[in-house]
Amino acid sequence: MPSLRIPTPLRSYTAGKSEVDLQGTTVAEMMQDLVVQYPAIQPHLFNGNHALRPFVNIFLGEDNIKDLQGMDTPLESDDRLLLIPSIAGG
Amino acid sequence: MLPTLNHEEILRYSRHLLIPEVGLEGQRKLKAASVLVIGTGGLGSPTALYLAAAGVGRIGLVDYDVVDFSNLQRQVIHGTSGIGMLKVESARQRMLDLNPDVQVDVYNEPFTSDNAMQIAADYDVIIDGTDNFPTRYLTNDLCVLLGKPNVYGSIFRFDGQVSVFDARRGPCYRCLFPEPPPPGLVPSCAEGGVLGVLPGTIGTLQATEALKLILDVGEPLIGRLLLYNALDMSFEFVKLKKNPKCKVCGPNPEVTELIDYEAFCGVPGHDHDQGEVGGDWDISAPELEKRMKTANHLVLLDVREPHELEISALDGATNIPLGQLASRLSELDSADDMVVFCKSGTRSARALELLLSAGFRKAKNLKGGINAWAREVDPELPVY
Repeated sequence: MPSLRIPTPLRSYTAGKSEVDLQGTTVAEMMQDLVVQYPAIQPHLFNGNHALRPFVNIFLGEDNIKDLQGMDTPLESDDRLLLIPSIAGG
Repeated sequence: MLPTLNHEEILRYSRHLLIPEVGLEGQRKLKAASVLVIGTGGLGSPTALYLAAAGVGRIGLVDYDVVDFSNLQRQVIHGTSGIGMLKVESARQRMLDLNPDVQVDVYNEPFTSDNAMQIAADYDVIIDGTDNFPTRYLTNDLCVLLGKPNVYGSIFRFDGQVSVFDARRGPCYRCLFPEPPPPGLVPSCAEGGVLGVLPGTIGTLQATEALKLILDVGEPLIGRLLLYNALDMSFEFVKLKKNPKCKVCGPNPEVTELIDYEAFCGVPGHDHDQGEVGGDWDISAPELEKRMKTANHLVLLDVREPHELEISALDGATNIPLGQLASRLSELDSADDMVVFCKSGTRSARALELLLSAGFRKAKNLKGGINAWAREVDPELPVY
């Protein structure tokens, strides 16, 4: 099943896990499974209309899903995705 | 016409001169170059030191802060003897000690839409070493409008990001992050902490990219984002593309001059704790002490993370971390008089907003947090 890498700011919502295995044949299905498994992460990734928040990016391998087919991007079972939020510390 | 090097400079930079990618001509390019470092904190410390050591002819430093004890865990350009000094002055002294041949120009002022253009116009490369979203968006837009490369670095806890945003040759920061997070959703390093060595790693990478841009060697991080995680010791790269709808570097930009970035981000342009809600919703530490003596029933709600209680705590306080508060409101009674606190008042201010919206009208925020209590009421407690 596809896996999603969780950056440290969001790991408190995934029981400290850095990588989670998720079900889904598209990015949307996979993210739905993420929110079902870890409901507390939902408001950090999605706004009220269930759209991905503009300060969060999902990458499939090296590519931003925005440059692929967005949330409809199809997934293979061994795909690895990255969640990239904006951070501002310096 | 590039400047020449004297014998002393040739000796100082001999390890550079031996590398064909730098050589005598490259070192002369560095001497002719100018770099503006925005922020002399965690990221700016190593960046400014290495740029000075490398012989970048003119280095600008922007910061308005003074050196604080809590900076020294990561801000290695400053020293214990410099506590209380202006950061730009402390940094300039250290850089000139390292290399008296470079010129260090300091700007002891906040970097804002009013002065940014004037300060940055005269530099070849801009380095984003700031600690907050408003200044990051300001730096990005400025670089797009002036046509300069923005060497970006950002950190949180164990994670770092590095890229070179040059809108003439690739995407900008807004292409990746069109909008900032709403206030309070992404914690700052002052609230969430940061591993001290992390800005060393990330700032050194920024200095590397700046030197490559000046020397015009190698592959700059334009169109790529480096993601570093210190816990996993992982370096990963992703591709960044220009966003055709980008509001500042797209074909139909909406942002054609600098805007009010504090309003755009909904937060102030610094990473200092505000520590208050405003209006009548705050209570000072001495007032709280008085109320604790007179009130028969006063609930103290500590919204910090459990590991922070080992540093300092108030007797009898209930601990519910901010992230769990929304789901644990049933453990509290809205009829109770309540004072909410955290380290310095930022998280408790968010908690208070949440409590007020849930009908807790008798709750107040401890202004300045438990640190204010330690300073003003109980000096037995440490400030952290």
